[in-house]
Amino acid sequence: MLRLPPLRYLRPTSVEAAAEAVAEHPGAMLIAGGTDLVPNLKRRQFDAPVLVSLRGIAGFDGIQGEPGRGMVIGAGATLDQVATHPALQTAYRALAQAAGFVSTPQIRHMGTIGGNLLVDPRCNYYNQSAAWRQAVGYCLKRDGDICLVARSSPRCWAVSSSDSAPVALALGAELTLRGAEGERRGAAADLYRDDGIVYTTKRADDVIVGIHLPAAPAMTSAYWKLRRRGSFDFPVLGAAVALDWADGMVRVARGALGAAGSRPVEVSHLLTPLVGRRPDDELIAQVAEAAEKPARPLDNTDFSHYWRKRMTRVLIERALRDACGLDPLAGRLTAQTRSGQAA
Amino acid sequence: MRTNVNGEWREADIWPGASLLTLLRDAFGLTGSKNACEQGECGSCSVWLDGELVCACLVLAAQAHDRQVRTVESVADGQRMSAVQDAFVEAGAVQCGFCTPGFVVAVTHLLAQDPNPNEVQVREALSGNICRCTGYAKILDAVTLAASRLREDR
Ligand SMILES: Cc1cc2nc3c(=O)[nH]c(=O)nc-3n(C[C@H](O)[C@H](O)[C@H](O)COP(=O)(O)OP(=O)(O)OC[C@H]3O[C@@H](n4cnc5c(N)ncnc54)[C@H](O)[C@@H]3O)c2cc1C
Ligand code: SF4
Ligand code: FES
Ligand code: FES
Repeated sequence: MLRLPPLRYLRPTSVEAAAEAVAEHPGAMLIAGGTDLVPNLKRRQFDAPVLVSLRGIAGFDGIQGEPGRGMVIGAGATLDQVATHPALQTAYRALAQAAGFVSTPQIRHMGTIGGNLLVDPRCNYYNQSAAWRQAVGYCLKRDGDICLVARSSPRCWAVSSSDSAPVALALGAELTLRGAEGERRGAAADLYRDDGIVYTTKRADDVIVGIHLPAAPAMTSAYWKLRRRGSFDFPVLGAAVALDWADGMVRVARGALGAAGSRPVEVSHLLTPLVGRRPDDELIAQVAEAAEKPARPLDNTDFSHYWRKRMTRVLIERALRDACGLDPLAGRLTAQTRSGQAA
Repeated sequence: MRTNVNGEWREADIWPGASLLTLLRDAFGLTGSKNACEQGECGSCSVWLDGELVCACLVLAAQAHDRQVRTVESVADGQRMSAVQDAFVEAGAVQCGFCTPGFVVAVTHLLAQDPNPNEVQVREALSGNICRCTGYAKILDAVTLAASRLREDR
């Protein structure tokens, strides 16, 4: 039987009270849907003597606005709400796609978008039961002193496995955080650190309140995910792109990769050849090939890391084609892979 | 702990970190919801929480306080099985049966929302439930059968 460790459960009714409750109790953690936290706690991947629930906070799950004006998504909105919201099916479609690709219907009804941005980075040596980890030997991320994937490495390379995190970067989203000491707003990109253990810049008491999507009436976006099964599985690779258009040409191109490092990996600077152009098969294939460069898959998730690296350009191609309104699977790089349906 | 289960308010003295699944099975004796993976990976513990399909193993008992829970036990009408349950038996969609309550809940949920789903929609709606025995073909047959009977009844 998998049981949670002993803990206290607090139910504040405001964001301020939640932030203060975490600040007051050392080691306390926020819990929204609990779909990442609860299984991880059951496997003793970390401890939390106190859980501070965000569920009882009124208005925490609102989704407001439209692409013409920009949108604000309450961090407590469920993945199901995000996946199906009508205003998220055009410019910001990548976010709805990412939310809809998470796990299973059951989990999308419980899991929230705020919790999704903060999925604990994953590793084959870490997301295991306590007994398994004891038998194999503990690692840096919990209880041990070496990394079992890169033995000489001083750091942990656990993989950022959130579906929405790369999308938040590609869409240029900003986050409002409310901590015990006040509220601040910043780029979603600044939330993440390139470390498998201390993977965010936020303090324990910082509550993500809202996700702000900038006004983008002429934008298109897409998210493609690689995983073994079409359901349940975390991404072993994700490609998020957003293209802003003027007169049929790309005006701004942004993109980020998921599950390609310990944080979502920015590739916008490698998409600039698209700017001022009307992308065709060839240009997209060229750009996708160049944009895979910063992906550094290691041998610590499902599938071989060579294959994941090889599929990176393919997935970027599919996402770009999708955002350009072209058949995602008809590109040149996809044609080079033996099985077109691999993703 | 106070929770409305299948229309009836019930109380239990249980620590807040227990799962809703433990609350239902151990405290309330409702053993229909099955305890398999306990990590959200199989769907055999599927129940409704405030009308939404969720995995009871990932909901803390504390999170279900003052909320409405509906379990597989509510699906039948007394001793009479529901159309979905009948269809599972007739289509041969039950082998060991461990996954069945979770599937029955997920299919009941689907058909309440959409009486005439196509195969893609059925597969999507059941993508959170794993069966290790049947290979799913007979489960899909059962959904088709249940859907057509329920439509006739309307
Ligand atoms: C079988 C299974 C498969 C899964 N597959 C995927 C997948 O494919 N892709 C994916 O991305 N995820 C996946 N998940 C993980 C998880 O279900 C989702 O990421 C979900 O969105 C997490 O949201 P939550 O509300 O349940 O977060 P919780 O579990 O409640 O919290 C997760 C983390 O975020 C923090 N947190 C939550 N909300 C806030 C907030 N508003 N402010 C500050 N901190 C907060 C918590 O303290 C915790 O550290 C899977 C989980 C399971 C069990
Ligand atoms: S990357 Fe290394 S340190 Fe990090 S969880 Fe995996 S084995 Fe542990
Ligand atoms: S027991 Fe809950 S999903 Fe498997
Ligand atoms: S009938 Fe045995 S797991 Fe489905």
